[in-house]
Amino acid sequence: MNDLLAGLMAAIDLIIHLDRDLVEISLRSLQVTVTAVFIASLVGLPFGAWLAVTRFRYRRLAIALLNALMGLPPVVVGLVVYILLSRSGPFGVFNLLFTPTAMIIAQIIIVTPIIASLSHQSMRDLWYLYHDLLISIRTSKWQRMRTLLWDGRRSLLTATLTGFGRAIGEIGAIMIVGGNIDHLTRVLTTAIALEVGKGNFPLALGLGIVLIAMAILINLAIHILSRTEREGTW
Amino acid sequence: MVDSILPVVLDQAIVRKEGRQIVGPLNLTFGREGGCSILVGPNGAGKTTLLRLMHGLERASEGRVTWSARKDTVYARQSFVFQAPVVLRRSCLENIAYPLFVRGVQREKARAEAAKWIEDIGLAEVAHNDAHVLSGGEKQKLAMARALITKPDVLFLDEPTANLDGASTQEIERLIASAVQSGTRIVMATHDFGQARRLATDILFMYRGRIHEHAAADIFFGGPATDEAAKFMKGDLLI
Repeated sequence: MNDLLAGLMAAIDLIIHLDRDLVEISLRSLQVTVTAVFIASLVGLPFGAWLAVTRFRYRRLAIALLNALMGLPPVVVGLVVYILLSRSGPFGVFNLLFTPTAMIIAQIIIVTPIIASLSHQSMRDLWYLYHDLLISIRTSKWQRMRTLLWDGRRSLLTATLTGFGRAIGEIGAIMIVGGNIDHLTRVLTTAIALEVGKGNFPLALGLGIVLIAMAILINLAIHILSRTEREGTW
Repeated sequence: MVDSILPVVLDQAIVRKEGRQIVGPLNLTFGREGGCSILVGPNGAGKTTLLRLMHGLERASEGRVTWSARKDTVYARQSFVFQAPVVLRRSCLENIAYPLFVRGVQREKARAEAAKWIEDIGLAEVAHNDAHVLSGGEKQKLAMARALITKPDVLFLDEPTANLDGASTQEIERLIASAVQSGTRIVMATHDFGQARRLATDILFMYRGRIHEHAAADIFFGGPATDEAAKFMKGDLLI
């Protein structure tokens, strides 16, 4: 209980004094996560819509595989990305290992299946409603996807925010490919792990509270800005 | 450009689903003459399947459906209104303009055309509101306007007034009559004999997947030629 209180006090202290290190690692956390989620959404959302409106031979298998990939173990992703980006790996020449870019790549791999799968589920439900109408109007596949993505934008926001939630709290992969280097690749989650390792529980807890507060604030801000509640039930 | 995509000819057309024959074999022609052909018959007679087959939402398991124009022209010049209106998750105006957007009509031009229709169906006040807040009757009027905005040669209507009150039914019937007057061929399924009497130029009585009787409306209502149609009109159960 004392540790919890101390953690809360540490969090308040860090926020009130705008601790320089805290600001730096928080901004890096945001930069890495937002970039990864943005790129994953560019890929995952249209892929989910495409999967909803397209019939092909191994569609069920593809959906099952996509759903299974939602549970990709981050440590394994980190290890694979590490091998690919290490000097002896196929992408070693780019010198990306232990950089924020490597962390972004790992997060994209983890988050894309989540966004694509959740997007597919909501697009599939909407496609069930729209199917006859859009076929009747003779829309092209591209027009169907665009219509579903636009009309289902609010549920897609949930898919994107779920991806954001997963990415911002991720540690296994980014610790491996980022290396938790001070002033370069340290983010909130890796900083928490470091403080726990040092036995500095109040500071670790304080950083954890900052991390949770940041995730909540960003979710709230996006919901308010996109007026999900004001405009009805979609 | 062709004058009309009609006539449409069904030649020994059969639709089967999961091994069960739903309609057919059907031999039927809808010619270029205008008017409103009405399909009547008990539930499960195959009315909806026949409409969907002609519109291309169902494929013929056997036989053929042949239109008098190229496939892309045929599809561009017909519309369908479903029994349960489907509204897109956008404003009423955007719902009506949607088929024009799909056809590449300039956004502003499409919206201006939709505005005329929304005025005509009496929903101008809610033009920019989300369509989901409309009542059932209003949604069906919206679906009618969306179907008519492309000025189709043929309009298929699948029980468009089922579950609507008298005022909404009257409003839908006004739109149907106006479409017929402007040259659109209507093919419609209904359970409502009163409505069939008011609108039909000819009646097709369907039973067990087949057309049992096809006659001009006045002849049909004067006394159907088949026992099944006569029983159905009297309100007897057809088993």
